[in-house]
Formats: sequence, C-alpha cells, structure tokens
Amino acid sequence: MGGKTAAKVGQSGLDKKTLLNFLHQMLLIRKFEDKAGELYARGKIAGFLHLYNGEEAVAVGAISALEPHDLVITHYRDHGHAIARGLDAKRLMAELFGKATGVAKGHGGSMHFFDASLGFYGGWAIVGGHLPLAVGLGLASNTLRKNQVILCIFGDGGTNIGYFYESLNVAKLWNVPVVFLCENNLYGMGTALHRASAIREVYRKAAVFDIPAERVDGMDVLAMREATVKAVAHARGGGGPYFLEAMTYRFRGHSMADPILYRDKSEVEEWKQRDPIILFQQRLREEGVLTPQDLEQMERETDELVADAVKFAEESPEPPLSDLHEDIYANP
Amino acid sequence: MITYREALHHALREEMTRDERVLIFGEDVVAYGGAYGVTSGLAKDFGEKRVFDAPIAEGVIAGAAVGAAMGGLRPVAELMTINFALLAADQIINHAAKVMHMFGGQMSVPLVIRAVGGGGAQLASTHSQSLEPMFAHVPGLKVVTPATPADGKGLLKSAIRDDDPVLFIEHALLYRVRGEVPEGEHLVPLGKAAVKREGKDITLVAYSRMTLVALQAADLLSQEGIEAEVVDLRSLRPLDTETVLASVRKTHRALTVEEAWRTYGIGAEIASRIQEEAFDDLDAPIRRISGVEVPLPYAKNLEQAAIPDAQRVMKAVKELLARTGV
Repeated sequence: MGGKTAAKVGQSGLDKKTLLNFLHQMLLIRKFEDKAGELYARGKIAGFLHLYNGEEAVAVGAISALEPHDLVITHYRDHGHAIARGLDAKRLMAELFGKATGVAKGHGGSMHFFDASLGFYGGWAIVGGHLPLAVGLGLASNTLRKNQVILCIFGDGGTNIGYFYESLNVAKLWNVPVVFLCENNLYGMGTALHRASAIREVYRKAAVFDIPAERVDGMDVLAMREATVKAVAHARGGGGPYFLEAMTYRFRGHSMADPILYRDKSEVEEWKQRDPIILFQQRLREEGVLTPQDLEQMERETDELVADAVKFAEESPEPPLSDLHEDIYANP
Repeated sequence: MITYREALHHALREEMTRDERVLIFGEDVVAYGGAYGVTSGLAKDFGEKRVFDAPIAEGVIAGAAVGAAMGGLRPVAELMTINFALLAADQIINHAAKVMHMFGGQMSVPLVIRAVGGGGAQLASTHSQSLEPMFAHVPGLKVVTPATPADGKGLLKSAIRDDDPVLFIEHALLYRVRGEVPEGEHLVPLGKAAVKREGKDITLVAYSRMTLVALQAADLLSQEGIEAEVVDLRSLRPLDTETVLASVRKTHRALTVEEAWRTYGIGAEIASRIQEEAFDDLDAPIRRISGVEVPLPYAKNLEQAAIPDAQRVMKAVKELLARTGV
C-alpha cells in the first residue's frame, strides 16, 4: 500500500486559487457521481454506470499537470477524468441521459465521453484496448512535432492483458511522450488484484521495459499532481514514456449492478477514512487556506452545477431518429 | 505492364510523396521490404521516421494506427496476413470502426490496414484463409479487395486519401500478375464495382483473385458460344449493388464466385440482394461457387480441390444455362 505522499500544502508551490479549484473539482465529481447513481436508480440513466467516488484525487491531481494542448485518453470509468479536464457537466449529464446535447450526441453513454476540442479523447470500454491508441497518439505528436503529452489512464485490471505489454514495449521502442497512469483500486471488477496479477506492485510491470515507474498515493491530490508534473516533464522533454501507479480505492461498486460481495465492509471503511476530499479539506483548513465560508460557498456552487446539469439533461431533446444513420462514415 | 506488387508499391510511393502525413509501419516493412516486397526501398527513400518496423504484435500495430489517425496522421499499417488480423480484430472492429460513431462524429480515423488474404500457396490452414466476409460484416469499416494491378494501385491511393478506416486485402497469388496501369494519377473510387468483361448470357460476380478465375472461365465459355459478363466487386463494403443489378437485368442469370467459405458469405449477400431487387429479371436460381468449407490443407492436391477454379465455374454456368436454355 501507500505510494509517495506530498509534503505540506504550503510547500506545494500552488496558489490558493489553484488549491481551492482542486477541491472544487473533486467535490463536483463526487456530487456528479452521487447524483448519477441516484438518477440511475430512478431509471433516468441506463446501460452501465461506473462511478468514480473515492478516486477523485487521481483525476484532479494528474490532469492538472497537463497543458491545454495535451491529450487525455482513458477507460470507461471516465466521468471524473472528463470533469477534471473541464468538460461541461451539463453535456456530460445529457450524454448519460442519452440526449442529443450530450458530448457524444447520445451515441456513447457513460463509458464513452469525448470532447476533441478539449483534448479529451475518450472514454474506451474494452479493457486495455486504448493503450495502443495512446502509443499512436504519441507517435503523431512526435511526427507532427506537436509537443503534446498523452496521459493514458487505465485500471489495475488493464495491466494483465496483452495490449498492456505490447503498448509499453512499443512506447519505449518508439520513445513516445505517453504518461501511463494506472489507477490501482485493487479490484478488476470483483476480482482482487492478487487473484489476477502475479505481480502486486503494478509499477514493476512497467519497470521491466526500462520505463521510469513509481507508485503514488492516489488519495492525495497534491501527491498526484507532483508525480504527474514530473512524469509530464520527462515525456515532453523527449525522455519517452513514464509510468505512474496511483494507489486508490473505489468507494462504490464496480457498476450500479454490483452487490459488492467480494470485499469486506471493514476494508471499505478503512479506505473511507482516507477519503481524498475530506483529507484535502482538512489539510487546507489546518494550513489556513480554506475557511468555512469558502467551503460553504463551494458546496453551494457544486450543488448548483449538478442541479443545472440535471435540468439541462432533462430538458434536452432526444436525438432525432434520422440520427440513427449518421456518423458511421466520414466519407459515406 | 507492371506487376500487382509494383502497382501497390507505386501507390504507396506516390501517396507518401503527395502527403507528408502518410506513414507506414508494421511487420517487416523496412529491411525485409514487406513480407511480399511491397514496401521494398521505401524506408531508404523516405527515411525511417516515415517507414518503420513494429514488433510482431498485431494489437498494438492496429491500435497505434487508430491513435495515429486520431492524432492527425494517415497511417498505412501492414499486418502481413489477414489471418493475423484476428489478433487485431478488437482494434479493427471495437476501435477503428467505432471512433466516428461512438463519439458523435467528432473525429474519423483515416487509416489503411494492409493484409494478405487467400490460399493457394500451400501454407496450410492458419495462413491461407479468406476472412474478408467477417470484416465486411462491420459497419464503420471499409473493405477493399483488388484483383488487378490497376485496381490495386487506384484503390490503395483512394484508401489512403479516404477519411475512414479501410482494410485493404491483397491476394497472395496476385503479386506477380502483370497488367496495364494507366499512366499518371490513377484513382479508383472505393465502393464501385467494375464490369471486367461484357456478356449477355450470365453474370459472374467475383472479387480479388476469383475475378481472374471468372475471366478465365468466361474466355473458355466464349469458345463454346456462351458469353459471360464478369463483375468485379472490388470493394466489399461499401458494396456496389447497382452495378451487379444492372448486369443481372441484362443477362437474367447470376453466379457468384468467391474463395471464402460459402456459409454466411459474400455470395450469399449478393444472391440475397439480387433476389430482393431483381427477382422478376431472373430466369434461373442464383448459384454460388465458394471455397470448400474445410480448413485449407497443406497437400497440393487437397488444397487445389478446396479452391474454386475455372473448371468449376464453367460447370456451374453450363448447369445453370441448361435449366433454361440460352
């Protein structure tokens, strides 16, 4: 367990506005997810819904280290990454509702968020399948001299499939600017990491390709940022791929269909003691960065953003039936 | 007159010269020059930043092509053979074919995956398959199967310029076949069939190497006073039904010829479309000639028995005509 933890907030070199924005984003993700879960239970959202509760610090910390022209490509538990990258909560909720105003026009749903204009390249739902795409995006960045870094996010469950090893090997061979970020929440769906992976320290799987790899405390937003800043600088500087393993935990089930029979309540409670939002709030308060008024205002703002998102989704039209035949080919 | 191999090579060379975003990577494309020699010399002329080898790892080759296309390049990935495309099927079907649609039309993936298909070289069952119907089944993909040097060149150039993912399937026995290729810029549109021989008595619908088999059969039949029209589909998706229907409306009989297995095959699809659209024009049931439904054996005589040839085509044509008279 563990992984590298950040020093005091005050030593992070970040200004108050940035620090509070981290908390704001994490709160927005948590509230968005809670609301989505509630709306799923009420039948407003269908399909698979994989909530990000508990892992907020990973998305917010890591994505904060990117430049606007960098790219994020991620797995199907993608709501937190999309929000951290600045995608509009309204259009995300509309996508969950299957509405025409959704980020993917209602074609993709929860697992396939995408916004090319913000460098958010999906939302992919075949485990491990987007790792080769990250290599290709890195190749394009190098070939077209875009100076882009590609942040490729996946779970611990995605590190046992052939794609993982093929992609790390080629990423190193081709020296592509990809930061591989494994969100190790200890379970691939309901199968514990130790039942699925011969190596429990996931970062060691990357190290065999001579890719610099380290473990980070994924419940600590500043640690995530610090590690990702370093990884991004390495990739952007021509050093090739970098690998981060974020130790984190999902507070809810794998998806809404999950009765969570595979983990002890005590384990869940233990991890909830390390809730990344509560921990960060405490640290900010202790160091005088966050006042009760700040927090109150932030709670109100994020509640409103989620309420607005739901209202927008509710009021948006369904896609027209003519849309069934759209977007299959660019050159039909 | 140049070979199919040379025609494909010229297409790659011309498109790489025309557009700097075109690059080639895949199995053995540099020093080896491609398993069938198509990319020979390109790395030397364009540099190894634009032509480079990948490990034998089809998943990451196809997936990197998808990512590279999303990143603004126009990759041509070489998978050596269509049999190995099964290892990349997830990337081709679950990724390349879905990007445009699943994300609401925000982005397409202009990529070409080149692979060799077909049997007849005694490579046994895992290296001799005609798997194009599996891929042609999938909306979002384009599947191209050229039969001649001219079509090989023109279709490959069009595939590289196309904004959608194209699976470009060459045939193992065609690389040395020679043919005329028009001078200068030569493009063949995707999704357009071609009448390769005109005739009034029956329509033979074929693609890839079976087009040449159909043409050979048609020449032999002509000596017996039977004039067969040969339609080469060229692209399997999009599928040009109109050219097939126009021919059938003229000849009133149709026989499909494919190397792939019969069940759920291209011939089945063509036959179905003909009867849906031109049932009243038919004077006889539509027949299919296909590869025998077995894994391809190594032994020469057994393999030959499994792959359609001109004799089988002629026999079927004569049986069909005997039903109704010419």
